[in-house]
Amino acid sequence: MSSAAAPQVLIAGNPNCGKSTLFNALSGGSAHVGNYPGVTVDRTSASLHLGTEKIELVDLPGMYSLTASSPEEQLAVDALTESNTRAVVCVVDATTLERGLYLPLQLIESGVPVVVALNMMDATARIGLRIDTERLSELFASPVIPVVATKRRGLDALLSALETQLEPSSEISTLQVGYPAALEADIAALAPAVARWRPKMPTGQHRVFALWCLLSLGEDSLRGVPDEVRQAAGNIRRAAAERGRNLDLEIVSSRYDWLDRAVAETCSVRGPSPSWSERIDRVLTHPIAGISIFAVVMFGIFEALFAGAEPLIGAIETLTGFMQAQAATILPPGVLQDLVVEGIIAGVGNVIVFAPQILMLFLFIGFLEDSGYLARVAFVIDRVMKGVGLHGKAFVPLLSGFACAVPAVMATRTIERRRDRLVTMLALPLMSCSARLPVYILVVGTVFAGRSLGWFSAGAVALFSMYTLSVLVTLAAAAVLKRTVLPGPAPTFVLEMPPYRWPSAAILWINAWRRLRIFLIDAGTIILAMTILLWALLSFPKSAEISEHYAAERAQVLQSASSETTKSEALQSLDAREAGEQLAHSLGGRFGHAIEPVLRPIGFDWQIGVGIIGAFAAREVFISTLGVVFGIGEADEESRPLRQALRDARHADGSPVMTPLSGVSLMIFFLLACQCMSTIAVVKKESGSWKWPVFLFSYMTLLAYLASLAVYQGGQLLGYG
Amino acid sequence: MNRSLLDLPLGQHAEIASIDCERRLSRRLMEMGLLPGTRVRVVRVAPLGDPIELRVRNYSLSVRRAEAAKIAVRPEGTV
Repeated sequence: MSSAAAPQVLIAGNPNCGKSTLFNALSGGSAHVGNYPGVTVDRTSASLHLGTEKIELVDLPGMYSLTASSPEEQLAVDALTESNTRAVVCVVDATTLERGLYLPLQLIESGVPVVVALNMMDATARIGLRIDTERLSELFASPVIPVVATKRRGLDALLSALETQLEPSSEISTLQVGYPAALEADIAALAPAVARWRPKMPTGQHRVFALWCLLSLGEDSLRGVPDEVRQAAGNIRRAAAERGRNLDLEIVSSRYDWLDRAVAETCSVRGPSPSWSERIDRVLTHPIAGISIFAVVMFGIFEALFAGAEPLIGAIETLTGFMQAQAATILPPGVLQDLVVEGIIAGVGNVIVFAPQILMLFLFIGFLEDSGYLARVAFVIDRVMKGVGLHGKAFVPLLSGFACAVPAVMATRTIERRRDRLVTMLALPLMSCSARLPVYILVVGTVFAGRSLGWFSAGAVALFSMYTLSVLVTLAAAAVLKRTVLPGPAPTFVLEMPPYRWPSAAILWINAWRRLRIFLIDAGTIILAMTILLWALLSFPKSAEISEHYAAERAQVLQSASSETTKSEALQSLDAREAGEQLAHSLGGRFGHAIEPVLRPIGFDWQIGVGIIGAFAAREVFISTLGVVFGIGEADEESRPLRQALRDARHADGSPVMTPLSGVSLMIFFLLACQCMSTIAVVKKESGSWKWPVFLFSYMTLLAYLASLAVYQGGQLLGYG
Repeated sequence: MNRSLLDLPLGQHAEIASIDCERRLSRRLMEMGLLPGTRVRVVRVAPLGDPIELRVRNYSLSVRRAEAAKIAVRPEGTV
């Protein structure tokens, strides 16, 4: 890791311009991922040797301009004005120069040394475009280097141009856009306030920064802007508006006028040939073919996450079990063994078990994004998402929520605006993920076995209802969150539709692997800590009385005259019953007892309460916890003894605990409650604070309780149960 | 007299006359190169009717109908 003072070179560029490809080509794939202070945006950097100097190469997020109105957009300007920023490499897609040169123009204007990397030069020939890069360099007063990042062409020329720009003697670009006189006067009026704000900045830059303030300030949420600058800029804007001037338009159109002349002078006119991208689009966004292909692709992703990851997840679980068994034989029985087996190894297993789905989802998303299809997905489905106030790009994360909320929450990164991202990540844990299925199956098998509703089996109807309900509740929650907790304008949908390109497998793999590594380290530590905490909660305090009682019973069994098999069966049953009693005695068990009055109105008893506490580790743990509570030992959702034990369970008044009504109540509770510490951990990581996961857990638990209450009480009033 | 992008037949070239969205969005559209005088055409409409795809400055951009309605245009061939 480099210190704060290491000289840094920023890589900037529009989305889809090949910026990350160039970054990876320059850094050789070795990157450090951190966070920009105060915002949840990854700061990807790598160190690079340039001549005799070691610099830090920082990959800025994709952007169309330096203008900012949110802290996320502000970070580019902040990085640019850091004292250790020495130069910027601005990557431009050579096929979209007419817009793509706007960002380098702004960067060069700011006075920082810039090297323009004109990327995808191989594609210009195909569309009959010729670019006079030498003349472009002269006009921009900065080196313009043709490169093909995917084929690593032009990198040497780029690096040597960068080296020249890093020399202290190199001249600062003399580019002058030429703004109208009235605007120049406005800039001059604001410059003194900017100079007082940034005294260390060279005088020449105060002018440029004043221009940035005029364009960026107003209805913004930028941080650290002094009131003096804000007021001065506001006054200038108002005065201009009174004279019928639009400052934004003046600034931007002056720049584009300059650019249009530069492009006209350096680029040949291209023919109106419809590209093959255009031809693909005719199919992929066609009303029938387009939607069919969309459905197939989405189903493919869903199927892969749901079923394709299954063998890998199974293998990880088997491996975890094997490690646990090994540790149990090496370590002497006791608290240390339990801590290692049920706390640490189980915790590490709980983290790694997400790896296959995270890797798969990010390989898919990377492919969709880099190929250009993700923009079309958003284009096709935006109409539906708009209805609940979401962005078209929220679709893939929501769909992934059916498989698992953890990778799905991570996938919200493709959504640009923080507010929209938060709404999506707070709603999608309501999608019925695969970990809920075992709970449904257990309940259905317990209370609906053999029953039918008309032509259908009652269990199938119940399962189908859960999935339908989850979609409806998720969309409703998004709409409500959007109007209450995270109000704001409906997300605007201004999305570039990049040309289709074949993604590079290496880049896809590097990015997916990077995401996984961040998850394992950041969210992983939280998940591990919570697993250990939960284990302690369900293990302590241990009752010596119970141990002694069962030790005595065991001794009796051993002394009896029955056969070895009978003995071992009796011992196993004693072990299971002891574990159940110890669990009831533990803090978690007592807590289950303590909350029984709260659970009774929704049809649960204390044993189910303990199961729910255990299920916070992961929903499917509900089943194994119940197995212990009922003194059965190991159990899965198909376990007959567990189903029987549930059917036999009675409330204090002798009425059965599990009825079809309480079963439905239990399924609804599991559908809606945030019984998943991994989701909490990943929301903490992705939202950047504990505030949002705490909110998520609270609202989902409350929603689950109220819905189960309504179902159970309403059902009883109607005479069911 | 002023027509919006929504009134434009598919494929018909036009010149942008003005953009009248809220400031952030207008600024964003302007910085992406949609300025008075810029040539634009509607390439296609999404399968569900919204959003629409524009072709401007040799790249493709999609915007919702609500926003497109606020972009006034002068179809080419008219004055």
